[in-house]
Amino acid sequence: MKILAFGVAKDIVGGSSFAVELTVGKSVADLRGLLNSQYPGLMRLSSYLIAVNGEYASAELALTEKDEIAIIPPVSGG
Amino acid sequence: MKENILITENKLDVQACIGWVSGPDTGGIAVFIGTVRNETKGREVLRLEFEAYGSMALREMKKIASSAMVRWPVKKLLIHHRTGMLAVGEIPVIIAVSAAHRDAAFDVCRFTIDTLKETVPIWKKEVFADGEVWVAAHP
Repeated sequence: MKILAFGVAKDIVGGSSFAVELTVGKSVADLRGLLNSQYPGLMRLSSYLIAVNGEYASAELALTEKDEIAIIPPVSGG
Repeated sequence: MKENILITENKLDVQACIGWVSGPDTGGIAVFIGTVRNETKGREVLRLEFEAYGSMALREMKKIASSAMVRWPVKKLLIHHRTGMLAVGEIPVIIAVSAAHRDAAFDVCRFTIDTLKETVPIWKKEVFADGEVWVAAHP
């Protein structure tokens, strides 16, 4: 599935979007586990959230291939 | 209440924003203008770079406007945020609020900028003479 990355996450994953294969489980928590193992730099952030279809997603939300998924590092607008 | 929400790469226009929230039923207007500061913790800042997750940022900004509408008697609320490269002194954000009385205008202005900084997916990178840092990214 395709993942969008913004801000510092873009630097960590090396681009504004990338693809991952989610094999074990389909939840947001499963995706976090996969992302953390593939990109350990994410774990050094103050925090990060996952957004699904433009909304902050809870850990248990199930993901599908059609979802727009994004890594949201700590926001700093304004 | 009417809302006016925008994310743009173009320069923000303070007078136009104040004009938009003005009206005959308005007793007061509160405005917050964010500006690019020339230093952070003693390091000279050359410029800031703002990036937004546009579609989601607009949605989160609309949520802020909706909550403000429920909580305060506001006439109009405007939230404009700029993206791209901004030099020292330039304006990344304008919040303008009109209400019949000043309390609601002040309260909503404060609530809006505070919530925007917590929830809206926009990021700023500080560019120094000797490096650059995504703000708040690391502990």
